[in-house]
Amino acid sequence: MAVCTGCSLLCDDIELECDDGKISLTKNLCRKGEGRYRSLREDRLVPAVDGVKVSFDEAISKAAEMLGDAENPLLFGWSNSTLEAQRIGIDLAKKLGATIDDTSSFCQGYLMEKVLRGEYPTCTLDEVRNFADVLIYWGSDPSSSQPRHMSRFSYFPRGEKRQRGYEEDRTAIAIDVRKSPTVVITADGFFRIPPGGDAEFIEALLAALGGKMPKVKDKKMKKKILKLGSTLRKAEFGVIFPGLGLIYSLKDEIDKLTPLITRLNEVASYKLIPMVGHYNMRGFNQTLLEETGHINRVSFKDGVEHGPQFAVTEAVNDCDALMVIGSDLISALPAAISRKVARIPTVAIDPHRNLTTDMARVTIPSALSGLEAGGSALRMDGVKIEFEPVIESGYRSDAEILSRIMEAV
Amino acid sequence: MANVMEVYQLLPKTNCKECGYPTCMAFAVALLGKEKIIEDCPPLIENPKYEKKLEKLRELLAPLMSADATETGMIIHTDKCYGCGNCVVACPVNVANDPKGTALGFGPKSGRAILMVEDGVIKCVNVEECRRFGPEKILCNACVVTCPGRAIEFI
Repeated sequence: MAVCTGCSLLCDDIELECDDGKISLTKNLCRKGEGRYRSLREDRLVPAVDGVKVSFDEAISKAAEMLGDAENPLLFGWSNSTLEAQRIGIDLAKKLGATIDDTSSFCQGYLMEKVLRGEYPTCTLDEVRNFADVLIYWGSDPSSSQPRHMSRFSYFPRGEKRQRGYEEDRTAIAIDVRKSPTVVITADGFFRIPPGGDAEFIEALLAALGGKMPKVKDKKMKKKILKLGSTLRKAEFGVIFPGLGLIYSLKDEIDKLTPLITRLNEVASYKLIPMVGHYNMRGFNQTLLEETGHINRVSFKDGVEHGPQFAVTEAVNDCDALMVIGSDLISALPAAISRKVARIPTVAIDPHRNLTTDMARVTIPSALSGLEAGGSALRMDGVKIEFEPVIESGYRSDAEILSRIMEAV
Repeated sequence: MANVMEVYQLLPKTNCKECGYPTCMAFAVALLGKEKIIEDCPPLIENPKYEKKLEKLRELLAPLMSADATETGMIIHTDKCYGCGNCVVACPVNVANDPKGTALGFGPKSGRAILMVEDGVIKCVNVEECRRFGPEKILCNACVVTCPGRAIEFI
């Protein structure tokens, strides 16, 4: 049995058959995970400095030199690293007096902070399988992003109190701007809203929950929302799975979600599990929260400082050395910020080549967690999953690489 | 997906009984049920005036006769499959045969599952367990309606 690190579900029932160190058959692995496993040997990164291949040790010492000499180093990535690597990374940031940030900074950070601080009620995915009867996929598309979410945990499986599964015991509701593959399954419970219309929908839903007429022009939609209000009130154990669609749509109005969560918990019991993409984003947020009291955007230059100026999108303006681990920052950011990133001397640590490693001054190849390296990670619901390496390779784990850099700095 | 009327329209409609069935409609049903093949209708093959009909009929029934289709008529379009396993977990036979595995959302554990995810896409095994198998079939469509990519169809 292997653990798939393709998304934040960390499926631990993967069966593998290997032939001469190469994967020949996989079972229970979704298409996304399959892609991750099968591409293991393609486009692997090589240790290099300024585009010239060097030994692993030389790459480590050059990386340590670049980071050690910098005044404002920035360490970014972390969501695709094990908990062990993240801990060493935070220690490295402390030693360097660096700024540290992860992908949650422009992803699920806001909701994750609320969940980790206990401001929004949450539960585990196993509880969802056993007890949940109303599921709301809001701005998220698990069929594409976390393909086994609905089959392993949320909609289809039978649970302790939900023996009849999706057929009778569960109601799935999808709120989205488009007819996503998830919507294909939850056809009756689909609410199509215009892009940026989430705040308005929240208000309409609050009205419906309070027994008032929602202020919606479309008469059919008005009726549907009223019906939804009554479905939500009847729930025994409701769960909201918010995705990036909701967060990017609400932008500065993200606080509007809080009254809805409060109201829903007055009329019934509702939990929230953010639909995290990368396999260990929650792990980094929780580890940093325990260490510093903040989930991301932290600077160790003068003690512990936190603020929007330490978000990767802002911190790149005045950083003089950048370390990116397990992330393709250049592809993820808008072009204007990526151009700034491209000008910063960068160390990239990744199993495979990507745009960020192509422009980096120093590249250090790492082992693919779950397949070539062991460790532990937090699933999207906070459950710790441990994994062992299943394929032998000469690549070193993120944790080992970071320890070496730490020693050399 | 071909229906019986479409097949019937492409037959000679003479009720000649040469195929062994009393009517062309009965032969159409047998064709769809894979009990007979097109060649069992001699007039259609031998008489040149049915040439165009024969060509259309072969075209219509090609997916049914292809090696991709299982004995229940299930065709899996692997290019559209997400490997999510929704069908594996939703299949009522899988649930009954494998209460500790697929019923709880895991991969099959009992070896009697009909559907399983292999190499990132769905695969049909133990087809004789399917509700659509055999003459007393039930037209169950749990695997079709739960597929986000519409990768499964029955013909």
